Amino acid sequence: MGNFVSRGFARRRQTPEELADRVPPGQYVERGFPVLTAGPTPRVDTDAWGFRIDGMVGREKELTWEEFHALPFETVPCDIHCVTKWSKLGTSFGGVSVDTLLEDADPQGGYATAYSYGGYTTNVPLADLTGGKAWVVTEHEGEPLPREHGGPARLLVPHLYFWKSAKWVAGLRIMDHDEPGFWEQNGYHIRGDPWKEERYWND
Amino acid sequence: MERLTPVEQKAPGQWQIATVKDVKIETPRVKSFRLVVPMWMPHLPGQHYDVRLTAPDGYRAQRSYSVSSSPLDEGEVELTIDLLDDGEVSPYFHEVVEEGDQVEVRGPFTSYFVWRGESPVVLVGGGSGIAPLMAMLRHKRRTMPELDMRLVYSMRYADDVIYADELGDDAVLTYTREAPDGWTGHTGHVDAELLREPAAGARLAFVCGSNGFVETAAGLLLDLGMDPSAIRTERFGDAG
Repeated sequence: MGNFVSRGFARRRQTPEELADRVPPGQYVERGFPVLTAGPTPRVDTDAWGFRIDGMVGREKELTWEEFHALPFETVPCDIHCVTKWSKLGTSFGGVSVDTLLEDADPQGGYATAYSYGGYTTNVPLADLTGGKAWVVTEHEGEPLPREHGGPARLLVPHLYFWKSAKWVAGLRIMDHDEPGFWEQNGYHIRGDPWKEERYWND
Repeated sequence: MERLTPVEQKAPGQWQIATVKDVKIETPRVKSFRLVVPMWMPHLPGQHYDVRLTAPDGYRAQRSYSVSSSPLDEGEVELTIDLLDDGEVSPYFHEVVEEGDQVEVRGPFTSYFVWRGESPVVLVGGGSGIAPLMAMLRHKRRTMPELDMRLVYSMRYADDVIYADELGDDAVLTYTREAPDGWTGHTGHVDAELLREPAAGARLAFVCGSNGFVETAAGLLLDLGMDPSAIRTERFGDAG
């Protein structure tokens, strides 16, 4: 398949040269911010919102909206890559790093399942969530995160395909093994590194 | 080749070169492409294939398209492709691809927006969002015609109807901009009145279309009493 050429196909979209090395294989640059959700959009009030750290931890935690916003808040410039092929370059989110959220929780396992209001789950190794690589965000480009994009709060793991960045996130369950989440059970790759094009089970 | 009842997903994935067997003009902006797939495996109605185009300079573009045919069409899949003016894959299919051409594909993929025989079931499609729903309807008609499956299909203009010759009494149509002459059915966007009867008693709903369409239709189904977990959605943005 290596030398197959599509008859009569030529490049139509030009990715500016300075951005070309920021677009993973098989992706194209999208200016908008498409919405992809497997069911109806949940409605979560910030009054009722809480964020939990549970599972195999030395100390379980649950933060209210106010407690969450008392933590160090960071602006995170990033590129995001959706498994459905679009990438959005040079966007930004605002939130709290998972390193900060895990402080004092004393995780005892190397894996996590992020779980959401509405029932969505996704699995992420702890090594992909710590060391300044993941956040729980409540803002997008300086504005409150819109509900259709996961507001009031979503996980942000920009170095993995965006289905890992669970919308309407409610907590992280620390585990001693990697357990496939919603999309990982339904055909998408267990880890989802866009630079290795880990889209589906067999990739 | 092993016959698979569409109840479980096998592990697909390799790129392969399919051959275009037939091109059907559905509407001025939509064509259906029937592909002969050498390493074919049965899909679940609702699953998609990925398509990859390669230019002589090595540049590649990929997109996903829902399968609109029944898995009973052994060795073949039909992809229905809407022309997007600022796209790069859909214009190639519309302007270049003809019968006999080769196209690189892989699939079928993902197993949530799939119909496994549940009924009563309601399908709600907007525009080309009808494509995966048509795979469900076609498969139902050929395997379990007695099952209760109803389709609600929204489009803008009279000439936007995809699969027009296959829509029967089990389909309810609405035109949001301009209906055909003499049309006495529903006009305007989907609303509770349009969905109430088709959704009555449904244990599962499949909703596919633009994000705005899906938000509206899924919200109406919730208002009609459906559980959020019984409403499966597939959305597309302005990508092409």
